[in-house]
Amino acid sequence: MTTAEKDRKWKRASRPSLFVVGTSAGGLHALSILLAGLPASFDLPVVIVQHRASDSHDLAAVLQDSTPLVVEEIEDKVILEGGHIYLAPPDYHVLVAPGELALTTDEPVRFSRPSIDLLFESAADAYGAEVVGIVLTGANHDGCKGSERITQLGGRIIVQDPTTAESHTMPAAVARSIASAMVLPLDRIAGAVAELAARGTIKGTRA
Amino acid sequence: MEAPPSYPKELERIEIQLLTEGVYQHYGFDFRSYAYTSLRRRVWKRLVEEGLSTVSGLQNLVLHEQDAMERLLLDLSINVSTMFRDPQMYVSFREQVVPLLRTYPFIRIWHAGCSTGEEVYSLAILLEEEGLGDRVRIYATDINEAVLEKSRAGIFPIQKMQEYTQNYLHAGGTNSFSEYYTANYDGARFNPSLMRNVVFSQHNLVTDRSFAEFNVILCRNVMIYFDRKLQEHVHGLFYESLVRTGILVLGHKESLRTSRYEYLYEPVDAKQKIYRRLS
Repeated sequence: MTTAEKDRKWKRASRPSLFVVGTSAGGLHALSILLAGLPASFDLPVVIVQHRASDSHDLAAVLQDSTPLVVEEIEDKVILEGGHIYLAPPDYHVLVAPGELALTTDEPVRFSRPSIDLLFESAADAYGAEVVGIVLTGANHDGCKGSERITQLGGRIIVQDPTTAESHTMPAAVARSIASAMVLPLDRIAGAVAELAARGTIKGTRA
Repeated sequence: MEAPPSYPKELERIEIQLLTEGVYQHYGFDFRSYAYTSLRRRVWKRLVEEGLSTVSGLQNLVLHEQDAMERLLLDLSINVSTMFRDPQMYVSFREQVVPLLRTYPFIRIWHAGCSTGEEVYSLAILLEEEGLGDRVRIYATDINEAVLEKSRAGIFPIQKMQEYTQNYLHAGGTNSFSEYYTANYDGARFNPSLMRNVVFSQHNLVTDRSFAEFNVILCRNVMIYFDRKLQEHVHGLFYESLVRTGILVLGHKESLRTSRYEYLYEPVDAKQKIYRRLS
């Protein structure tokens, strides 16, 4: 896909219903830049999987410092609300269902729990073309399969430009495998997300 | 282990409904109110491993072959856990719950959905260290007889012991963790005397009723696999099964917040999901 084609595709795209974000090594910094760039009027839900150890610090509290939006760690069956940032708790998978999030303690997927692939795949299954997946810095290949599923079901992928990532492996892998992915430097991702969220809905394209 | 992207979603939903209905009517296991997203993943895992390509194909197989049903039952009902999962909960249990338990002459505990037993052994160790080992009976139940068999055996993978030792220390353990097991060729075998006051038995949270009154009920990361309606049903079952001021312990990311039973409990430690039934 040429850059021009890609641009046209993105310009035609309608307002999504949900953003899902995956990151691992270097994610804390990248996430705080992303969240700091979202306007206070941002009114869509954002669900984040950041790989981390189960005894790690209170990530929600740290990220809350960078945004006026509500940052919360996910509890089982929490109802999705616009303008809320939902963080996967350590040691649980997050599955998106229509309108809510469910947790599982199933086995790690490709060594990860939470798994970015599971978040992305379930988001695609629940929201189809209305999902935008965002892959940030990371040192493994989690997120590749999930990104494929999102694009297969009509959704879109934004990837952090690997040259701007603390760990380039994950965004580079996704950028390679998803031809239609929009590759952006970290400091421009929030702007693109806010712009998508501010688009009018096209009649008949939302569930 | 996913449906192919082209698999028709509405049809899939109908097929999964038919599968769970068939399994319920034929075998009595009721997965009809399990949370759809995780149920769906587990159904696909089984289906792919059986070499099938449709949910209807799996329905045909499990209704006609009991062995296949047992494999599906394992996939649908095993909840993975670790010893002393969420160590802070155990610290809080020692500090806040154990003093209450000391006031009872005899303590009945229900560990609902105990799966392969890691958390039952953890609790038994804690109670032993608090000197309550002989004043307590733990009823550890699960829907699945095969995992109860594993629980009774008390043999866990030796390569997990390093992680479990760390958890044990963070959970406020007062001994040397390695005293509780012997390392064998087949794994770490936990001291059977830990289980002297534990009764393992099959119980189905969906279809079975309460079977006693308990001072403490633990049900951790089991109800996350249920839909809201079924969660509410199980909360009703637990409420009826607790003595006044009895203790309910849920998983670390489960909440009473979404339940109408919230107002019938007070938090003992809200963060660790330890609640007390109001009298």
